[in-house]
Amino acid sequence: MTTAQKSVAENPIILEVNDLRTYFFNRTSTVKAVDGISFNLRQGETLGIVGESGCGKTITALSLLRLVPKPAGRIIDGQILLNGEDLLQKTEDEMRQVRGRQISMILQDPQTSLNPVFTIGNQVREALGMARKDSSKGMRTRAVEALRKVNVAAPERRLEDYPHQMSGGMKQRVVGAIAMSCEPGLIIADEPTTDLDVTIQLQYLRLLKDIQQNTGLAIIFITHDFGVVARMCDRVAVMYAGRIVEHGTVRELFNNPSHPYTQALMASVPKLEERVDRLYSIEGQPPLLSNLPEGCRFEDRCPYAREQCISEYPPHFNVEADHTADCWKLDPTW
Amino acid sequence: MQRYIIRRVAQGLLAVVVISVVVFALARVSGDPTLVLLPDEASEEQIANTRAEWGLDKPLHVQYWVWVNRLARGDLGNSFKWAGTPASELIIERLPATLQLSLFALLISGLIALPIGVLVAVKKDSGWDYAGKIFAILGQSAPSFAIGLILMWIFAVQLDLLPTSGRGGLSHMILPGFTLGYYNVAAVMRLTRSSMLDVLDSEYVKLARIKGVPEWKVIWKHTFRNALIVPLTYFGLIGAVLLTGSVVTETVFAWPGLGQLVIEAIIARDFTVVQGVVLLFAFIYIGMNILVDILYAYVDPRIRYA
Amino acid sequence: MATSAVPKARPWHVVPGAAQLSGAYAWARRYPLLPGTVLMFLLIIPAIFANQIAPHDHRIGDLKAVKLPPAWVGPKIVERTVVERQGRVARQNEITLSAAKRRIERGQATFISGGADGQVDLGDKLDVVVRGGGTWKYVLGTDKQGRDVLSRIIHGSRISLTVSTLAIVLGGGLGTVLGLLAAYRGGFVDTIIMRIVDIKLAFPSILLALVLVAAWKPGFMTVVIVIAVLLWARYARVVRGEALSIKHKDFIDRARVAGASDLRIMFRHIFPNLINTLIVLATLEVGHVIILESTLSFLGAGIPRPTPAWGVMVADGRELITSAWWIFLFPTLAIVMTVLSMNLLGDWMRDKLDPKLRNV
Repeated sequence: MTTAQKSVAENPIILEVNDLRTYFFNRTSTVKAVDGISFNLRQGETLGIVGESGCGKTITALSLLRLVPKPAGRIIDGQILLNGEDLLQKTEDEMRQVRGRQISMILQDPQTSLNPVFTIGNQVREALGMARKDSSKGMRTRAVEALRKVNVAAPERRLEDYPHQMSGGMKQRVVGAIAMSCEPGLIIADEPTTDLDVTIQLQYLRLLKDIQQNTGLAIIFITHDFGVVARMCDRVAVMYAGRIVEHGTVRELFNNPSHPYTQALMASVPKLEERVDRLYSIEGQPPLLSNLPEGCRFEDRCPYAREQCISEYPPHFNVEADHTADCWKLDPTW
Repeated sequence: MQRYIIRRVAQGLLAVVVISVVVFALARVSGDPTLVLLPDEASEEQIANTRAEWGLDKPLHVQYWVWVNRLARGDLGNSFKWAGTPASELIIERLPATLQLSLFALLISGLIALPIGVLVAVKKDSGWDYAGKIFAILGQSAPSFAIGLILMWIFAVQLDLLPTSGRGGLSHMILPGFTLGYYNVAAVMRLTRSSMLDVLDSEYVKLARIKGVPEWKVIWKHTFRNALIVPLTYFGLIGAVLLTGSVVTETVFAWPGLGQLVIEAIIARDFTVVQGVVLLFAFIYIGMNILVDILYAYVDPRIRYA
Repeated sequence: MATSAVPKARPWHVVPGAAQLSGAYAWARRYPLLPGTVLMFLLIIPAIFANQIAPHDHRIGDLKAVKLPPAWVGPKIVERTVVERQGRVARQNEITLSAAKRRIERGQATFISGGADGQVDLGDKLDVVVRGGGTWKYVLGTDKQGRDVLSRIIHGSRISLTVSTLAIVLGGGLGTVLGLLAAYRGGFVDTIIMRIVDIKLAFPSILLALVLVAAWKPGFMTVVIVIAVLLWARYARVVRGEALSIKHKDFIDRARVAGASDLRIMFRHIFPNLINTLIVLATLEVGHVIILESTLSFLGAGIPRPTPAWGVMVADGRELITSAWWIFLFPTLAIVMTVLSMNLLGDWMRDKLDPKLRNV
């Protein structure tokens, strides 16, 4: 693991996100779903983005593909540098060349991610066809190949099936095959395993990991499950109310969670070795993204909150060389 | 698929039988035709003779049985009003006019309503969407004779672009066709819009965009075909809506079709003709429904296996 | 996920479902005062005070003021040349000598050229008034019998209101009783009632109405009964569904344990729970009923002449559409606006009282 990590840390940076802001403009309010986040990703690296539902994880992912729901949602500021090119400067046509070919995404719900009225073969071939035109026979072979890569049994026969004839795990593999069919450099996996059985989940995660090892794919793994993070990721970003509040290597973050929110999240994961009488849960609700406080966004749920937390949002404090957290507690003057 | 079709057709035939009984009963409800056929001062004897002549003195179920047997041979009976002309002849004479108008209206509903429904869904909350909404609301609130007369007044009287009434070339068909189709256009458009919006919001459309599928293909391949399912179910009703509508529209535009025929026949209590026309309408209605169900099964493979 | 990240802000006055609407329609649905007011003016007030409000007698026309246009429409003046055509009708833009003399005498024509000697000569050009202008006496004009269109519309609202009220009470009542019966008795009764409902709903309503009207003689009560016959099935279906969901609630069981009779349970315990639904359904149906009634009247199978039903007025106006548009247009607009207001009001009531009826 350490050797793998080292080699990853030397790989070139393929994605750099700077101060990304995606807001939703409603008639009565502005929802700051993603409010100034920055991170980067190296080739072959896996970044986990963790947070509660509604903290802006999925919107972050959709922003990277420039597929924020229109017309309410808009990326209003920031940079998304993919191999040095800013995606936010591209035209819609150029952006389409990026989607599927350079960045792809696996959606959360395999049950609804496949179009019910077309066969599996049709949908896989369509994804393949985006990269290059081919004869229909060649296309078929490549579709079979794509399905085989994600361990779909008897892929030749599966091509003529409709999605409703497949199991959930199988569908999620097909979605994976579609996402990887054009060999993109980066895949965003948005909670791809939440709707699957535990055993299927493990198989699926192992499959992703294998493919990554073979292809040098970078993965952004969106989840709320620290167990999955520990198994899959090299680095983690913890999101809360539209911002990344803590960011570091998996080892660092697990050993030394420094933001009170991360600490609370980790405490809420039940551990086998400890017998607990009550499951830990965080008091209160995250703030409305349409009505964010001036200061720290975790302030009203935080056991350590002070005056300063209410008035001013904390900067990134370095915990270690590769580990930052946004919390005044880390300020030496605290 | 074949078994599905057979099952649907069998269900349809059953419905036809039920409707034929209902139609027969309803037509008998619409009054004693001898009173219309004969002058007011006719004697009891004359009335009895006429009744015997037309077979009206037999019990109802016998009348029905005779009627069904003749129906099977394509004999609808003779008209009372149009002295002895077979009802089937009258119907066949008027049928082309109504079919022509209905098909034209259907074409308008399909060709205009579906694309506009897609347009207003894709351009949600724009001026297009807004205009479409007003159009749809008016369609729900205006009886078709009102739409017909207002169109006639604007385009035929004020602007003098189209003829006011009667049957003729394409120009004669535009106003009645649009009037007949209007209700459907509005309804199909509304259904297409809401159904498109639902599908556009779905995960598989998101996945198609993620794959880098061009927007026109996202809309017409991935969204439209799924969104079509809802308006298609509605198209099943269109048969009835068009036929019912033809009664009003044909009256407004003096279009010499079945709608006018049935009104004349009802007012004259000529129930052989009424039976014939209503039964034909019912046949077409049920046939349309079966056709739509089969089309529906083709578009959505999940139904075939259900 | 995407939606949960964006909490939907919903101010208190926004009714559910109106959120995705925009512009005037959303406004009208949020503030039903507008349709409500239009309705009051168009339907209810004129219907009650028809005799006090109507400026003229709606039955007897002024034969000297036939086909007068609305007040704001001026006279129609056409240039015509005087010609001598004995025993033949003058062509367009021509006028015979004798007619021209008559017109000049009555002051309905003025000279453009010629006429210096005060006499009409052949070849003179005249401005002839072919249709008089409107007067404020008859604001919306008069029909071919010289009857005031406005007064007839005002009296017509009475017909629309009474027909729809009676038909809905009758049809709704019948449907409610049958629906309750089907739900409460279940089994055979239920099957029979619901089959009839299915058959009824599968039948094109105008066609059924026409056959039924022809069976009796056209008239006010016939129209009311026929429309009631068209309406009951929908009530029966909705009431049955609602009643079934209520039937198994605890308080019904308790009533039964307490020894209440079937009839008492049906009307004292189940029925009150259906009132909201029934009110909404009734409001939603008014527009439908007005459309049905006016269509029947328009086809000559509804309210007979000379009663000023809106549909009859439109039918009368249809014949004169090329020369006197106001006779058909104003009653048509009255129908459309009333139905529109009623539909808006019905939508609003449904959202307020019974949102689950959305798909009915």
